Amino acid sequence: MLAYIAKRLLLTLPTLLLVSVGVFLFIRLIPGDPALVMLGDGADAASLAGLRADLGLDRPLPVQYVTWLGHAVRGDLGRSIFSGEPVGTLILQHFGLTAVVVLTAVTFATLVAIAAGLIAAWRQNSKVDLAIVGAATVVLAVPSFWLGLLLLLLFGVKLGWLPFVGYVPFSESAAQAALFLVMPIVTLTITESGVLTRMMRASSLDVLHLDYVTHARAKGLPESTVLIRHVFPNAFAPTLTLVGLTLGHLLGGVAVIETVFTLPGLGRLMVDSVLARDYPVVQGCLLFTAVVYVLVNLLVDLCYPIFDPRVTAR
Amino acid sequence: MTLLKFEGVRIEAPGRTLLEDLSFEMASGEMVALVGESGSGKTLAARAILRLLPPNVRQSAGRIELLGRDLTQMSAQQLQTVRGAQAGMVFQEPMVSLNPAMTIERQLAEGMRLHLRLPAAEIRRRSIAMLARVRIRDPLRCLKSYPHEFSGGMRQRIMLASVLLLQPKLLIADEPTTALDTLSQREVLELMVELARDTGAAVLLITHDLGLVARYTTRAVVLEKGRLMETGTTPQILTNPRNPYTRRLVESLPRGHGDVAGVPEAAAKILEVRDVSIDYPGRPGLFRAGPAKRVVHGVSLEVRAGEIVALVGASGSGKSTLGRAVLGLKPLAGGTVRFDGVDLAGLSAEQLRRFRRSAQLVFQDPYSSLDPRLRIRDIIAASLRNTADKDGRVQAILEEVGLPSFGSRFPHQISGGQRQRVAIARAVISRPRLVVADEPVSALDMTIQQQVLALFQRLQTQYGFACLFITHDLAVVKQIASRVVVMSAGAIVEAGSVAEVFRSPQHEYTRELLEATPTLAIPESGRSSR
Amino acid sequence: MSTQAKLGSALVGVLLLAVLLGLAWMPFDPNAIDLDHLLAAPSAHHWFGTDEFGRDVLSRAMLGARISVLIALGAVALAIAAGTTLGLLAGYLRGWTDRVLMMVTDAVLAFPSILLALALIAVLGSSDSSIVFALATGYTPSVVRVVRSAVLSIREREFIEASRVAGDNAFQTMTWHVLPNIVPPVVVLATSLFGWALLSESALSFLGVGVPPPAPTWGNMLSASRTYMDVASWLSIAPGLCIAGTLLGINLLGDALRDWLDPRGRT
Repeated sequence: MLAYIAKRLLLTLPTLLLVSVGVFLFIRLIPGDPALVMLGDGADAASLAGLRADLGLDRPLPVQYVTWLGHAVRGDLGRSIFSGEPVGTLILQHFGLTAVVVLTAVTFATLVAIAAGLIAAWRQNSKVDLAIVGAATVVLAVPSFWLGLLLLLLFGVKLGWLPFVGYVPFSESAAQAALFLVMPIVTLTITESGVLTRMMRASSLDVLHLDYVTHARAKGLPESTVLIRHVFPNAFAPTLTLVGLTLGHLLGGVAVIETVFTLPGLGRLMVDSVLARDYPVVQGCLLFTAVVYVLVNLLVDLCYPIFDPRVTAR
Repeated sequence: MTLLKFEGVRIEAPGRTLLEDLSFEMASGEMVALVGESGSGKTLAARAILRLLPPNVRQSAGRIELLGRDLTQMSAQQLQTVRGAQAGMVFQEPMVSLNPAMTIERQLAEGMRLHLRLPAAEIRRRSIAMLARVRIRDPLRCLKSYPHEFSGGMRQRIMLASVLLLQPKLLIADEPTTALDTLSQREVLELMVELARDTGAAVLLITHDLGLVARYTTRAVVLEKGRLMETGTTPQILTNPRNPYTRRLVESLPRGHGDVAGVPEAAAKILEVRDVSIDYPGRPGLFRAGPAKRVVHGVSLEVRAGEIVALVGASGSGKSTLGRAVLGLKPLAGGTVRFDGVDLAGLSAEQLRRFRRSAQLVFQDPYSSLDPRLRIRDIIAASLRNTADKDGRVQAILEEVGLPSFGSRFPHQISGGQRQRVAIARAVISRPRLVVADEPVSALDMTIQQQVLALFQRLQTQYGFACLFITHDLAVVKQIASRVVVMSAGAIVEAGSVAEVFRSPQHEYTRELLEATPTLAIPESGRSSR
Repeated sequence: MSTQAKLGSALVGVLLLAVLLGLAWMPFDPNAIDLDHLLAAPSAHHWFGTDEFGRDVLSRAMLGARISVLIALGAVALAIAAGTTLGLLAGYLRGWTDRVLMMVTDAVLAFPSILLALALIAVLGSSDSSIVFALATGYTPSVVRVVRSAVLSIREREFIEASRVAGDNAFQTMTWHVLPNIVPPVVVLATSLFGWALLSESALSFLGVGVPPPAPTWGNMLSASRTYMDVASWLSIAPGLCIAGTLLGINLLGDALRDWLDPRGRT
């Protein structure tokens, strides 16, 4: 078991390294003088020289990379051109909100998917199954930003039940903050449960046909025990992997939700920085989200043996 | 007293009848075989007893009574009390018969908790005792482990333990040893019979293997394509079958008396293997591969022109690997392979490819050895790539293997036996001097097996190619080969003519293997067909 | 054909109709400003109503369909071409080629695709071709993964060995036996990628970093509709319906395609 954990940890290192190289090269991809691009045509020579020195553009590329990496590992990702604030601080400020929304939504979506997927597979081809599959298929096709807009339109604009513009931080009022987050979280829960339900149903169907499930029934176990103790743990593993991927993908995808509901999250930070050509922030966000994604998947990998002990043997 | 009674049972799927009007009885303590080939409905009949039929399949008529109670009329709750406690079931595939995510202890305890209502300590005690009874070496450690840590044979024994702990009156064994090698097969079956006798349970053995039927059962029920063909006592069915299908089944057993003619001592040596060792590459680690495992140790053998040499061993003995190495498909870690006097190692890639035309391979699995995207005639013509009159020769060989109009079909449109005939046609068409056949009939039904074997023998006599015939089935060896080489754990333990080796085996492993192979010898009558 | 295949084909058919028809004729000029009919509700005259500039929403939707479809097709074609080549090499040759390719693939996959696209667009600008390139870069690793895993499972099948036994070299085996047999999973993947690409392009346009106005895509139409939600809610419904309907059609067709391709060549 320890060997498995160690191996998984080690395997992430090359990926993280390559990621950092990629992000570092990103700014260098910009055609022309990066300093000029960042400060604009109207900048004077002194500021340009200063920025170039800051970015270390006069030294050879590998040295620049190592310097940059050194800073990044310590949390120093430079400063925003726009606001002058340290990029690291900006990211952390915005990340909290994004994390709350994404984690809550994915947790609910997973719970829904487990229940719906198991039941649909158990009662394959019945009306319940067809309804669940139909709902999941439709949900898959609905873009999250449109669903968010519709919910906002209905519950915010037309009915006025929920607030929809802006945000109140938890520090001020937890109840108020929660109200603001209801619609974004519900939107994401609905959209993400589609693909998770389909995966859960598919793997449950595979497991339901295996001999050990029939063996469990042959022992006289009631159906509920068979489903919960024998089918679920074995069927959940692929869905767990998908949950990891979903969490990662949502780190970017949440940007549209944050736009619809005007939430100051990480996605919105990235988009605004792209529009403003605020490259240090873009670079910092990229690095941060990639690292978080790798760590999240590492965590998922470490949970895998709970559901499929066979992986530790390989 | 009647334990189990089938009366007019009919099982259907939408649009098809899978089992028709099956009626038979079993008494307490009896061992009865339900015999048939694939598609006979025997597995469905067994599953119907505990109402474990697959979705879409249902029992549409008839009754199944266990100890006088009609199982088909019971409610789900009542059925749950029957399952496991009155009748237990053992399944075929050891790889998927135990829940991979649960420890052995929990799986064994589940049934007992439900049916026997015993305290935890007692459950544990009984589990350990039963595991020891099924000859698991370290029961305490076994309890804490997961199924994937055990081999196929061990898993089947654990499953036996799990089922018998509930002390059912009827044990339904669905091809319990088909997926195991000959020695494990014997162990598991002997155990099953012992334990059944101890607890007084009756056994319904579902199988296609007549040898097992002969050895372990007292009565047999023969099914074909969902219909009951014959029932009777085992000796009567095997020596004096009344039904034509039963007769065909009994006759399709490989029969050989170990008298296949060999070739003269001076015949040319087509294949010479000297001190060959083969390594299995280690698992890829982070930066370099792990240590390699040696799977074949210093093996030497010869095949002369026109003779069939059988290479026998259990799965994992290295015989398949050796078979492929002989054709240059696996790198050697040591030793030489000479074909017609030429060392394979010295050949260039182009020469190697030409060599391949005169040495061919027939694979075991009829389902994955043919490219699903190609038509039969293209598959067969593969080794004739740039030859003249390709089409003529393809058509000719198709006729010889009995599939004259099949050239334009795709693999998924023909049966397993037909696919093997295509595989043989593909191997033989280039008039090779050597054919390596890797378990070519093991995956086929008995009656089909015999047909394909007969075809292979005919072609070998006609074309005179030398053959290295890899198999685990000693009966097939007797029918087809003149010499035999026995392998175990990567090394040769014995070699010689078939007649000699079978009559007086020198090595212990060979002896065990011979003993473990069920024959049709019936104690009373003098007629033995093996 | 199953119901889902029929429904899927119908929906995709509507999309194709809109695109092809739109090449020749549209009810109105999508860019024609009509100050007399600002924010008009759907009527017999304007089936989807008009927007804040009086432009006919239906016509804009049709033009948007064409733009989105072209971008999505471009991205998928590029990703499939690059990904299949790399996946074949990785899966068949194994060894160092495989390890290096997988490391790079995993690294690229570590970036959420939207953010990756955002970053590339930040560098390359917001033109149609840069969007195609940005999306394709995000999808190529998935193609590599799927192709590689298909190749890995095919190469263990005995008919590949049979090809070597018959005397083929590596290249011949790859082209004649491996490639044709990975077509089914690649086709299924291409269908889902197409849906993904449409969705991503809409999302990027919604965020304001995709196709720039005045060119309409369903995404930027939805974005613009937010300002007028209280007075012209149809502006928020029509483009979204187009996206959802198209995606539903593509998903249904993709599923039907997978079911159809699956049973062949299996036991």
